[in-house]
Amino acid sequence: MKNELLVVRHLKQYFPIKGGILGRTVNVVKAVDDITFSIYEGETVSIVGESGCGKSTTGRAILRLDEPTSGEVLFDGVNLLSLSKGQMNRRRKELQMIFQDPYASLNPRKTAAQMLEEAMEIQNIVPRKERRARAIELLETVGLSAYQADRYPHEFSGGQRQRIGIARALSVNPRLIISDEAVSALDVSIQAQVLNLMKSLQKEFKLTYLFISHDLGVVRHISDRIVVMYLGTIVEIADKHSLFRQPQHPYTQALLSAIPRPDPEHKKERIILKGDVPSPIDPPSGCRFHTRCMYATVRCQSEVPALREIDPGSGHQAACHYAEDIMTGAKDS
Amino acid sequence: MINMPAETGTLKDGTPESRTGPWRSLWQRMRTNRSVLIGGGFLLLLILVAVFGPLLTHYDPSKVDYSTKFLKPSAAHWFGTDHNGRDIFTRVIHGMRLTLSVGFISVMIGAAFGIVLGIISGYYGGKWDTIIMRITDVMLAFPGILLALAIVSALGKSLFNVIIAVSIFSVPTFARIVRGSTLAVRKLEYIDAMRTLGASDSRIIFRHILPNITSPIIVQATLRIAVAILTASGLSFLGLGAQPPTPEWGAMLNDGRSYITEHPHVALFPGLSIVIVVIAFNLLGDGLRDALDPKLKK
Repeated sequence: MKNELLVVRHLKQYFPIKGGILGRTVNVVKAVDDITFSIYEGETVSIVGESGCGKSTTGRAILRLDEPTSGEVLFDGVNLLSLSKGQMNRRRKELQMIFQDPYASLNPRKTAAQMLEEAMEIQNIVPRKERRARAIELLETVGLSAYQADRYPHEFSGGQRQRIGIARALSVNPRLIISDEAVSALDVSIQAQVLNLMKSLQKEFKLTYLFISHDLGVVRHISDRIVVMYLGTIVEIADKHSLFRQPQHPYTQALLSAIPRPDPEHKKERIILKGDVPSPIDPPSGCRFHTRCMYATVRCQSEVPALREIDPGSGHQAACHYAEDIMTGAKDS
Repeated sequence: MINMPAETGTLKDGTPESRTGPWRSLWQRMRTNRSVLIGGGFLLLLILVAVFGPLLTHYDPSKVDYSTKFLKPSAAHWFGTDHNGRDIFTRVIHGMRLTLSVGFISVMIGAAFGIVLGIISGYYGGKWDTIIMRITDVMLAFPGILLALAIVSALGKSLFNVIIAVSIFSVPTFARIVRGSTLAVRKLEYIDAMRTLGASDSRIIFRHILPNITSPIIVQATLRIAVAILTASGLSFLGLGAQPPTPEWGAMLNDGRSYITEHPHVALFPGLSIVIVVIAFNLLGDGLRDALDPKLKK
C-alpha cells in the first residue's frame, strides 16, 4: 500500500479585500475554496489550471507562506496548520519549494555557495565546517561546477539560476518539493534540461513532487497524477494516462483540446470556451464551470457537483453531474 | 551525479573570470559618474580641511581684537576680519568641523530611527504600518524648517537642540523611503524562499532585506545632509542654534548681516562656504542616485 505523504483536506484560502477609510473587509477573494487531494510518497502530482485558478495559492497555503483560512494539511500524518510558528519552522526542512522567477528567487547579494550554506545553517543540517563542501557537492549534483560556487546570481543564466534554486531546496534534505511554475520562465530547451534534472533528482533522493504548472506538455512529461483546478476548486483528479486518454470533466476536455499536435493530418476538434473566467470574488453558484460549459443545465446552476469516481475503482475522479452521459455521448450541448 | 552542460558555456575552467560582486560593480558605476567624482572629491577636500584645517592657521577663532576689525582680505587675513577683529578664514575652517558634524550626526540619528520605523511599517504592515505612516504624513505636512523651528523653540536655543530638531524632521523621509523599498523587496521570491527554509524575521530583515535596500538609503542620506546643514545654519542665523562666539556659519552670516553694505566680506565667506558644502552634497547625492538607483531618477 502506498503511503500518503501529503493530504490536503477541505483547504480554503480566502483573501479579504479591504476598503474604505477604516479598512473594513468589503469582500473576499475565494482563491482556493474547499479542495481535497493527497500525494503518495515518491510520486509527482501536478496541479494544472489557467491563471488565477488557485494553483499557486494552494502551494503557498501548504507551506503556510500565506496562512490558509481553514482546512487541514497533513504531512506525514501531522497537521501543519495546527503547528506553532517554531514547530512549523523546524518541519520546513521536509517541505521545500522551487520558485517561478529565477531572477527574483535568489538574493542578488549572496553567492551560490553562501545561499546553500545559509539554508543548511537555518535548519542546522550539516556541521559548520562541512557546509562549504556540501554546498559544492550540491551544486555539482544540479549540474553546476565547483568553480561557480562563489559567483553572484547575476553571473548565471536563467537556467543556471533555477538550478541554484533547486540546489537550495535540496540542501535541507526535503521529502516533498513544491515546484511553482519552476520552468515556465525558461526557454523550451532549458525547460527540458531542468525537468530531466528534477526527474533524476527524484530518483536519487526519493523525492515527492507537487508540480504546479499551466503547461500541459510539461505536466504530461513529469507527472504521475494530475489535479485539474478551475476557479479555486478541483474539477478532476486522475492518473496521467487516464486523464489524457479520457478526460471526464468538460473543462478538462476543453483544456486538452487546446494542446497543439505536431500532425498536419490531424483534424482539430478544438473546444472553444465562451466567455472569461468569472471573478473569484463572486464565483458562480452550483458548478463553478456552468457559465462556460456547453452541457450546463439548470441543475448545474444550483447544485455543487461533488468530486466522485465516475468509473468505480479507477481512482479517476471528476466533479460533474453529467460525466457519465458526456462520456457516452448521451448528452449533447 | 548528473552531468549537464552549463548553459552559457562562455566561462570555462582556466579562463580569467570577471569577478563582479555587487559592491564592485557599484564602485564601477560610481567611478564613471561625473557628479559623484566632483561632489565626492570636493567633500573629501572639505572633510580634510575640517580635520586638519586648524593647523593651517595660527589665529584664534574667538579672540577679540578691536585693533584689527574689518580688515579687507589680504595675505595676512585671507578672508579678512570681522567686527570683533577675528580672522574669518580661521572661523570658517573651525566652522567647517561644526557644520559637517551637525549634518552627519543629525542625519545618522534621523536615518537610524527612520530605518527602524520604515522596516517595521513595510515588513509587518497592518495596523503598525497605518499608525507609523499617518504620523509621518503629519510630519511631512510641515515645511522642514518650520518643524525644526518649532522643535528648537520648544527645547531651547542651542546647537545640540538644533541637531535634535534636524534629526526629528529627517525621520519621516527615511521612514517613507525605507518602507517603500522594504515593501518591494519583501514581495520578491527570495524572501519567500527564506521563509520556506524557516528563517526568522530578524534574519530575513537584517540579512536579506536591509542589504538590498542600502542604495536608496545612502542616496537619501547624502541629499539629506545638505538639507540638514542648510536647516542648521538657518536656525543659527535666526539665533536659535549656535550662540556667539561659536564660529558657526549661520551665526557668522548673521553677524555679517549688519555690515553687509560697508564690509560685505564678513557675510560673504561664511555664506559661500554654506553654498559650496550644500552643492557638494547635492552633487554627490544626485550622482549616487544615478549610479545606484537608476529607477529613482526624477
